[in-house]
Amino acid sequence: MPTEAEKQENVNWRSASSESPEVTLRDRLSEYFEERIRKPALVAWSDGRTRIGLLIMSVYIAMAFVAVFDLYRAPSTNQAPRLETAFQSLDYPLGTTMSGVDLLSLIIHSTPDVLLMIIAGGLWATVIAVIIGTLAGYKGGMVDRVLMSFSDVMMAIPGLPLVIILAVTFNPKNPIVLGILINVNYWAGLGRSLRSQVLTIREDNYVEASRTMGMSTPRILLKDVIPNLMPYVTVNFVFAARYVVFASIGLFFLGVLPFSTQNWGVTLNYAYSGGALFTWQAAHWLIFPMIAIMGISLSLILLGQGMDRVFNPRVRTRLAGESESTAEEGDSRTTEVL
Amino acid sequence: MGNYYIRRTARVFATVFIVTSLTFGLIRLLPGGPFTQLRVRLLRQGVPASEVDARIANLQNIQPDAPLWRQYIDYMLSAMQGDFGESISLGKPVAQVVAEAVPWTVFIVLVSTVLIFLFGILLGAIQAYWEGSRFDKAISALSISLMSIPFYVIAVLALFILAYQFQWFPTAGTHGTDVEPGLTLEFLVSALEHAALPIFSYTIGGIGGQALAMRGNSIQVLGNDYVEVARLRGLADRRIATWYVARNAILPLYTGFLLLLGFRLGGTVILEQIFSYPGLGYYLWSALESNDYPLMMGTFLVITVALVIGVYIADLTYSKIDPRISQGESDAY
Repeated sequence: MPTEAEKQENVNWRSASSESPEVTLRDRLSEYFEERIRKPALVAWSDGRTRIGLLIMSVYIAMAFVAVFDLYRAPSTNQAPRLETAFQSLDYPLGTTMSGVDLLSLIIHSTPDVLLMIIAGGLWATVIAVIIGTLAGYKGGMVDRVLMSFSDVMMAIPGLPLVIILAVTFNPKNPIVLGILINVNYWAGLGRSLRSQVLTIREDNYVEASRTMGMSTPRILLKDVIPNLMPYVTVNFVFAARYVVFASIGLFFLGVLPFSTQNWGVTLNYAYSGGALFTWQAAHWLIFPMIAIMGISLSLILLGQGMDRVFNPRVRTRLAGESESTAEEGDSRTTEVL
Repeated sequence: MGNYYIRRTARVFATVFIVTSLTFGLIRLLPGGPFTQLRVRLLRQGVPASEVDARIANLQNIQPDAPLWRQYIDYMLSAMQGDFGESISLGKPVAQVVAEAVPWTVFIVLVSTVLIFLFGILLGAIQAYWEGSRFDKAISALSISLMSIPFYVIAVLALFILAYQFQWFPTAGTHGTDVEPGLTLEFLVSALEHAALPIFSYTIGGIGGQALAMRGNSIQVLGNDYVEVARLRGLADRRIATWYVARNAILPLYTGFLLLLGFRLGGTVILEQIFSYPGLGYYLWSALESNDYPLMMGTFLVITVALVIGVYIADLTYSKIDPRISQGESDAY
């Protein structure tokens, strides 16, 4: 994306000149706000997908708050009549399970752990990928070869079976550890594509200038290289998070992961083994956890696509009324597994 | 160039070697340790204590009393010969179980992935041509909604509605129990009937993503100068669509195809479990449940090797198909 690079170059040049005395800290802050927060936010908000995605996500965050501050009763067995179907009473709007648990409270109290898990998994995948990708791409030579061979090996191990075996071995209970475990080798593909982007960035003039000035490698990476990768990384954070949702709930559903926490997958598993497959009477027990899963992944996908537009320079220029093109990047996703 | 192929091939072997070593390490890490569990189990079955070690050696290809490095070499050597020991729960050699399971899994994964690409490319191309139309918007929305449904949700729903409620499809197995495997029409129909739901649920969720990718690629290609020139030359629309646009738009999807094929092999763990479809993933999972470590590691290794080979083929052929890709090394700073 040459236009993107030019854009960033511009910003860098400005922030370098802002060292001069007539620009106050206030100006710099307001410019930073304008360039990095207000404009992207405007573009993002102008896209319907981001709006819907944020709306759905805020429902989940609200649910997490309700669960954390205990605003709604916690799920426990025999708190309600058994297997009541949905929308029958106001007390148990989503119905109850075979063992008399309120389904709505089950779903609400699963949310905090799911959110923790996807944030942990997404952060793990993107941070490792950025470190490996930038280092390999920027340093080149031996470092590049070693790091890329390493990620090739990691990439070649099938994700789900590996996670299953690791889960059985280490029996993780903490949602954060679980999120990391699920994305244990997700970073490899992302790291590889980041590397190829760094390969073009490192030839840019301003990077060369920094190098000639004798800046240290970590500083160049942090100040010149990584800011250029952020759009791509943010989009992929969302996709990594979605993968965590899909994989973790699938594995909970299978019963591979320990049932230490509430999770929609656990609910699905109980419904499945509790015979919900055989009768319409218990269908709500299967369907509502599924809706919870689909809702959060839908919101993640919409957010990912909305952000893709924010960082896409061709769309950004349209905000200024310069272009009518609606072309989109099609290859933001590195690994689409499930 | 030749150098690249040699290095790339060497990396395949290196990867398989590392993964095999990893499985050896994992076997030893697994909870309770397979040896302790095995020993308890064998003793409970009434095997005399003096014979227990020999039985374990037979099952796992490892001499439990040998030093670690010796065990490692034994394990690697036998794994290299395709001997993964004997399955504890099934009482058959792991290699035999795997050989019976592989065709079914490959069948499901291959057919569903090909279908994903066919439908995805078709839909995406039409969308790109009618960009901004109502059809385009509707399909885009549909694609995004489909992307947000995990395949196992579709699988459970399909099983619930089509198999249990309406009883249109069987609920388990690869073919009817009364049908002899062979090249008979009866067998083929039965196999297709059993595979229909797994393939369906594994396909539907994936189409959306491919359609969106194809749409994006095609729109990008459509904006290129050479497409404009082709139009100016007065070439037929159909010719432009197939030879100029489709070819270039499909190209980036090609690597994705082989990669996806490999990744989706891993996903069968969940899929085959839901449909009780005895393929690789099903055995991996049932081995896990019954602490059948030899079977677990055997299936894991086979899935890994399949993925490694898929990526390998993708890498090698991609540079052949797309001449712009070169394997140049970068200078070191």
